[in-house]
Amino acid sequence: MGLTGIEIFKLLPKTNCGDCGVPTCLAFAMNLAAGKAELDACPHVSEAAKEKLAADSAPPVRPLTVGTGEYAVKVGGETVLFRHEKTFVNPPGLATLVTTAEDAASVDGKMARFKACQFERVGLNLRPEMFAVQDATGDAGALTALAKKIADGTGAALILISDKPDVLKAAAAELKDKKPLLYAATADTADELGAVAKETACPLAVKGDGTLDSVIAVTEKLAAMGLKDIVIDTGTRDLKKAFEEQIQIRRAAIKNRFRPLGYPTIIFANEMADDLLNEAIVAATFVAKYAAFIVMSDVKPEVHFPLLLERLNIYTDPQRPMTAEQGIYPINNPDENSPVLVTCNFSLTYFIVSGEIEASRVPSWLLVQDTEGLSVMTAWAAGKFNGETVGTFVQKCGIMDKVKHKSIVIPGYAAAISGELEEEIPGWNVVVGPREASHISKFLKEFKPQ
Amino acid sequence: MAFQPVQQKYTGSIREVTLGAGDKAVVIGGRSAFPFYTFEGQMPHPPRIAMEVWDKDPNDEWSEVAKEPFKDVLGDPVAWAKKCVQEYGAEILAVQTKSADPNADNKPAEEVAAVVKKIVDAVDVPVVVWGVANHEKDSQVMRLLAEQCAGKNLAMAPVEEGDYKQIAAACLGYKHTVVASTPIDVNLAKQLNILLGNLGVKEEKIVMDPTTGSLGYGLEYTYSVMERITQAALTQGDEKLLQPLICNVGEEVWKTKEANQTNDEAPQLGDQKTRAVMMETITAVDLLLAGADVVILRHPESVALVKGFIQKMS
Ligand code: B12
Ligand code: SF4
Repeated sequence: MGLTGIEIFKLLPKTNCGDCGVPTCLAFAMNLAAGKAELDACPHVSEAAKEKLAADSAPPVRPLTVGTGEYAVKVGGETVLFRHEKTFVNPPGLATLVTTAEDAASVDGKMARFKACQFERVGLNLRPEMFAVQDATGDAGALTALAKKIADGTGAALILISDKPDVLKAAAAELKDKKPLLYAATADTADELGAVAKETACPLAVKGDGTLDSVIAVTEKLAAMGLKDIVIDTGTRDLKKAFEEQIQIRRAAIKNRFRPLGYPTIIFANEMADDLLNEAIVAATFVAKYAAFIVMSDVKPEVHFPLLLERLNIYTDPQRPMTAEQGIYPINNPDENSPVLVTCNFSLTYFIVSGEIEASRVPSWLLVQDTEGLSVMTAWAAGKFNGETVGTFVQKCGIMDKVKHKSIVIPGYAAAISGELEEEIPGWNVVVGPREASHISKFLKEFKPQ
Repeated sequence: MAFQPVQQKYTGSIREVTLGAGDKAVVIGGRSAFPFYTFEGQMPHPPRIAMEVWDKDPNDEWSEVAKEPFKDVLGDPVAWAKKCVQEYGAEILAVQTKSADPNADNKPAEEVAAVVKKIVDAVDVPVVVWGVANHEKDSQVMRLLAEQCAGKNLAMAPVEEGDYKQIAAACLGYKHTVVASTPIDVNLAKQLNILLGNLGVKEEKIVMDPTTGSLGYGLEYTYSVMERITQAALTQGDEKLLQPLICNVGEEVWKTKEANQTNDEAPQLGDQKTRAVMMETITAVDLLLAGADVVILRHPESVALVKGFIQKMS
């Protein structure tokens, strides 16, 4: 429930000094309410007013970051229940569990697999980014040493797990520069661990007894101590019940601005299924439904690649398909005799097609036509990839100055445009290429432009 | 005071549609809340899995890992169908009439229909017949099948704006079920349901196919259009969108590059079979969460995993 312009106006100095760039405090208040200005632009606003306004405009799900550097995981900040209503913003961190009772070979194996688990796609690097390091023996030294080994060896962001507050306290003191998530404060340990979190400035997880009421009691207590970076584990390990809770937590935060549940959540898939494949199903469920951190017992490419794809898909902004820049892309050092291929600017299509051409090692020119981010067939059906659009683009983009031949390869799925295109670029030879990008390599190896 | 959850208000429930006939007929739909939100509504019929069978040997088109479980039956669609039912406990079969494809084998409609009829006669579970999305050819095949399989209550897919007059009319005449297919668009989906209604097709005879995109290849579009259909239907009183949803998942997932790359071709992606099975499974899980009432799957291990998920969530 954001404040109205008038409510904000009442909190401003009402001097109309104009330092904020607009002539009156009222105009500034209206801009604030509309999200068109930042409070910082007014140098005269009182501390009390600042606090009140900040609290009101705070996002319904507290944004926070675990870890530092390139593996830092930012979560929270979500504002909708369904991605089509706007977009989901901060994808959940995926963590692999190791414990202090685990032998070194097993830990080393997970570290190696974690590092290898990175996939290039649509110009992004998809990878899990966290380790959950669990104390199994009550030995703070062992927990700290294992966490250090993992952090130094992988750069991963850390979740430190112990049910002994003094162990967590000691480990947090050693590792606080890495900004780990401390897991977890319960009703009994909230005071003690709240103090540790404050001292170390690390985010702190809360563990409930399987009810939301138990969670609320602890988050309220921690908030009263001045803690802001809190993460919720309800304590539930049953898939169906956890599903219901995740929905209730997100709804309470967004619909009712209910602060005690306005925090990111963590799911322990490793404790909710008996094998990695079923853990991945649990993880998949909560990638879609609202988890901010997901812990699994291991990391394997054949399981994590599909999960990372899912995370990418669910967190893609529905209002802005990812696109590639329109233009001429030289691949494998082409010259004036190299083949010319044309495709659309949907980034997925561009990356698949350019990847296949690159893999073929055949020097080629790839023309990418702006289709507003639509795939070949979708763009064709929408009238954005047809004889006319492709023809105009081929004429204007400058490729005709770069090659001596007059052949252009179109996608197999766009075969229907070939006649039209021939009319648009007279004298050119329109060649229908294969339908699937995976056949481009074979095609290019045999193809001779004329 | 104890925490009071925020309640979602619903205006309607998904219509019940029966697939097949006889003892093994399956009822889908009936849900009065968002998918699996049983804490605030009813889900009398948990979603179902249909297993995919091709009417021809998919030899060149399937990777080894997809063929492995069926290698003894791939050349014999009837044996293949029986294996799905007897060995893997399929509750619904989805027969893809690939041999009809004018861009490939282009078998005459009579031959295509004859093979499907043999399958339908050999099993007692409901059958979805999935065509090749060529209006003319699908119309020919489905018209023959509608008559030859009268009384079996087949579900015929995809019925599109361009061929609904032919296929839906045949369904209407012989009491089969229509799978109304539109390309990822709420309004088009609604529009086709209205057209079918005008033709006389009853609501309890319509299932919707929103068009499926695989994980990594457009899944997010299908996911969101299904969520939007479900919201419009259940919370905004849109009577025309209250039909159950079916998704042709296996077909879409198994044609992606990453499902087909072998261990040698893509060692960094790990074991091919597990990878492809998980791509199929996670696509299905997402679409079930978005509102699918039936998912069509290819690999028996995906079937088992998704079945387990549905059980735990129901
Ligand atoms: C996701 C999707 C959408 C998304 C858009 C996604 C996007 N960014 O483009 C949305 C929901 C917006 C959409 C809308 C529409 N869609 Co649509 N959509 C799809 C879907 C499911 C997947 C498309 C996709 O992302 N493919 C993946 C990319 C990578 O494929 P690609 O670009 O074709 O590239 C491949 C090949 O073409 C080849 N290739 C590419 N470039 C080149 C170049 C050369 C030289 C070569 C050799 C090869 C090659 O390599 C790639 C990989 O193999 C398909 C159905 C399906 N399952 O395929 C329908 C589909 C494409 N859509 C369709 C239609 C009709 C539409 C709409 C007109 C309908 C509507 N809803 O109004 C609109 C049009 C858009 C508009 N008016 O704004 C139809 C097209 C039918 C046809 N053949 O004419 C399809 C086939 C669905 C169907 N069966 O009816 N759609
Ligand atoms: S700078 Fe502050 S005090 Fe001055 S006009 Fe703007 S809002 Fe009012």
